[in-house]
Amino acid sequence: MTFSPELEAQFEKFLAKYPADKKRSAVIPMLVYAQDETHAITQEVIEEVAKRCGVTPLQVDEVVGFYSMLHKKPQGTYHVQVCTNISCLIVGGEEIWNQACHKLGIGHKQTTADGRISLEEVECMGACSWAPAVQVNYDFYHFVTPSQLDKLLDGLSAGKKPDEIAGVKRASC
Amino acid sequence: MADLVKFTINGREIEAPAGMLAIEAAKQNGIEIPSFCYYEGYSLQAACRMCLVEVEKMPKMQVACTLPVAAGMVIRTETDQVKLARKSTLEFLLTNHPLDCPVCDKGGECELQDMVFKYGAGESRYVEAKIHVDEQQWSPVVFYDGPRCILCFRCVRACDEGMGVGALGVVNRGAMSLIAPNKGDHLECDECGQCIDICPVGALTSGPYRYLTRPWEMDHIGTICTHCSDGCKTTLGVRNDEIVRGNNRDRSGVNGEFLCVKGRYAFDFNKHAERLQSPMMRVNGKLEEVSWSKALETIANKFGEIRSRGGKFGVIGSNHTTNEENYYLQKFARQGLGTNSIDHHRTGDVVTLVDALSGTTGRLANSADFYERKAVLVIGSDFSVEHPFLAFQARANFRHHEAHIYTVTAEPVREDNYAARSVRVAKGEELGALEGLREALAAEPDLVIVFDDSIKGDKVRSVVEFGQSLGIPVSYCALVDYSNSRGAIDMGLAPEIGPGYHATGQPGMSMNDMLAAADLAALWVVGANPLENAKLAASKAFVVVQDLFLTETAQRADVVLPAASAYEKNGTVTNGRGEVQRLKRASATMGAKTDLEIIGLIAKEMGLAPMMGPWLPETVYAEIRKTVKGYDIPLPLVTIGAQQSTPVNGRVGVESRPDLVRSEHNNLFESGTLGRYSQVLNTVIEGRQSR
Repeated sequence: MTFSPELEAQFEKFLAKYPADKKRSAVIPMLVYAQDETHAITQEVIEEVAKRCGVTPLQVDEVVGFYSMLHKKPQGTYHVQVCTNISCLIVGGEEIWNQACHKLGIGHKQTTADGRISLEEVECMGACSWAPAVQVNYDFYHFVTPSQLDKLLDGLSAGKKPDEIAGVKRASC
Repeated sequence: MADLVKFTINGREIEAPAGMLAIEAAKQNGIEIPSFCYYEGYSLQAACRMCLVEVEKMPKMQVACTLPVAAGMVIRTETDQVKLARKSTLEFLLTNHPLDCPVCDKGGECELQDMVFKYGAGESRYVEAKIHVDEQQWSPVVFYDGPRCILCFRCVRACDEGMGVGALGVVNRGAMSLIAPNKGDHLECDECGQCIDICPVGALTSGPYRYLTRPWEMDHIGTICTHCSDGCKTTLGVRNDEIVRGNNRDRSGVNGEFLCVKGRYAFDFNKHAERLQSPMMRVNGKLEEVSWSKALETIANKFGEIRSRGGKFGVIGSNHTTNEENYYLQKFARQGLGTNSIDHHRTGDVVTLVDALSGTTGRLANSADFYERKAVLVIGSDFSVEHPFLAFQARANFRHHEAHIYTVTAEPVREDNYAARSVRVAKGEELGALEGLREALAAEPDLVIVFDDSIKGDKVRSVVEFGQSLGIPVSYCALVDYSNSRGAIDMGLAPEIGPGYHATGQPGMSMNDMLAAADLAALWVVGANPLENAKLAASKAFVVVQDLFLTETAQRADVVLPAASAYEKNGTVTNGRGEVQRLKRASATMGAKTDLEIIGLIAKEMGLAPMMGPWLPETVYAEIRKTVKGYDIPLPLVTIGAQQSTPVNGRVGVESRPDLVRSEHNNLFESGTLGRYSQVLNTVIEGRQSR
């Protein structure tokens, strides 16, 4: 399997970070970066990471299955994560979640037919002070209101980049 | 050893080495702390929470399986809080565990059942639906029933650490966790079944054993595996005279609870449809069934006639028959037929090793040495594949004692993964690589040198010279192939040496010579298949074969006698390290007789019974004790455990015959002719791939 030169360079960095007999420490970071590029952790990715870290594919598979942020099914270009943990829940997180589901016609860990957006109901993401919070890929959106969510999802569905959508602002943190 | 510390458990003052785990210290003092995931010899998991105990001055309960004891510690294992914790843990385990005990293979010997019986609550508060996943078959021998799994990870650790295979893992998380095989939907591994044995519940079950019986309806017969020379004890579960299971849960024998696929499953040749059940004689060129009396009479007349006219006899013994049978056979050949032309298929050069070690004692490695010595040097052998138990010992030695393993092999081997040094050499060049290891080996406190048939003849002497020049205690082991290969040579199934490595003075024909002798008058083959890949030159020779199956050799025979297998007889066998162990009869096949009885009946028919003595294993063993040097071991000692024989410590005084030594290098799924009749060995995917 081939990765982009940037990713290859990143892998090199990870492997150099750990002692030669502890290469398995690089499994998680490698998976996270590989997922960003391939949008899913396929069997091929698992085998490649296993080979490079000197572990069995099953040992990598164990890690993938354990961590909820590693996905075996392909995610959308934009992975929309809605928090429904306690702080967000109190101030309307669940309504935000339900609205997102209805609007996109998909549910937890599902992807729209055009592959643009995937949805996930997540546990606390550490943004309690700015609840309710939504995360798109690695970007946060704070104090999300139903109308902002509408704009965000409409924009993403229409093929816009998050920064091009008027009326919704990415949190700067 | 660490310093002893004093502490109390349940008010009892106890002394144990500092750092010992509380669960172990309690066990040694007869205090039971229940646990599922804790398993002696494997890494700590602390997953099941069953072993919670109270420790004074610690705010919360502690898991005893990871709690090192310290001076002054006050531990309580039977308080109300602890009892409640156990009850709750079991209640949690039972939320998903199906209560299908009446149809579960494990029912009756299930650790969860026992724990709930002893520590559990009488009723469950859980009324929600249980999570169900369908049962999966991972291989012909391993089935997985996910809902029954209590996630103790014993199987994962046994496979990864114990076997060095790592074919099992845990996927998903929390209540959704499942054990997973390495190939997605199936296993590719050693198929040893250790995972099934070690499973405390019925999550992993054994293909051949499933739904055959309830555990309490079996008889349990402790005997010795009849496949390779590692000589593992296997406890056969027998129901209605049929062997349905092999394991060694009581950890008796040299192997503890270890068994490979052969010891655990390959008893199935025993009930193969092609087992011979009646004597057969060649009538008009075809083998026809005849009565025992007719067959014996024919053999006795023919043998007597050939003996009286001075015709040449050839006798080929077995690598699988008991010491008693081997001894009895060579006695018959030498004293009854008056020939030294007796041999067997030699698979390791034990004769030269014993000779090279003459004048020393205690230099032959035993099973424990592989676990206790600080270093092991493996020459030639693909250790894990050809000698799984010894490799298991060495791996455990590395894990528990940080022993250094050295390998000198032509191909990559599993030991490379943890070896201190691995040397790759061309086949036949193994000896030359030793000098390169001299410095490292000489720095070890002690060493076991183990070699296969790549070291034979004078090379054995060179290895011993090398070992003795290191200046450290070294013990040696010449690997052989089959369950009683060692016993065959010890009992003198060889033309040049009699029982106990006494030179015969006038060597008879070797096996190859017999097959090549055009004037051979009679060939008597007991439990061997020399004609598998060879031709018998003497076309007119009278051939008698005793075997379980109609092998290539039996097909050429004039008389075929149905023999009992090793699982159908009593007696002793000697494993590759010279440890004598006892076989116990587990079942019987109608029509077959033990080789000992057959030899005795032929002797009786020929009027040789008074000379041969009764064909009772115990009587023959008593004679072996008196006659065979190194075998003066009381039978009760052999019965309770392996006892290492001590072959001669003077010169053997025979010409070294490396040309007669040839190992078959059987892998995990081969076992000579016998292996061809085991359904399990022939159906597991790895067995098929390796052929």
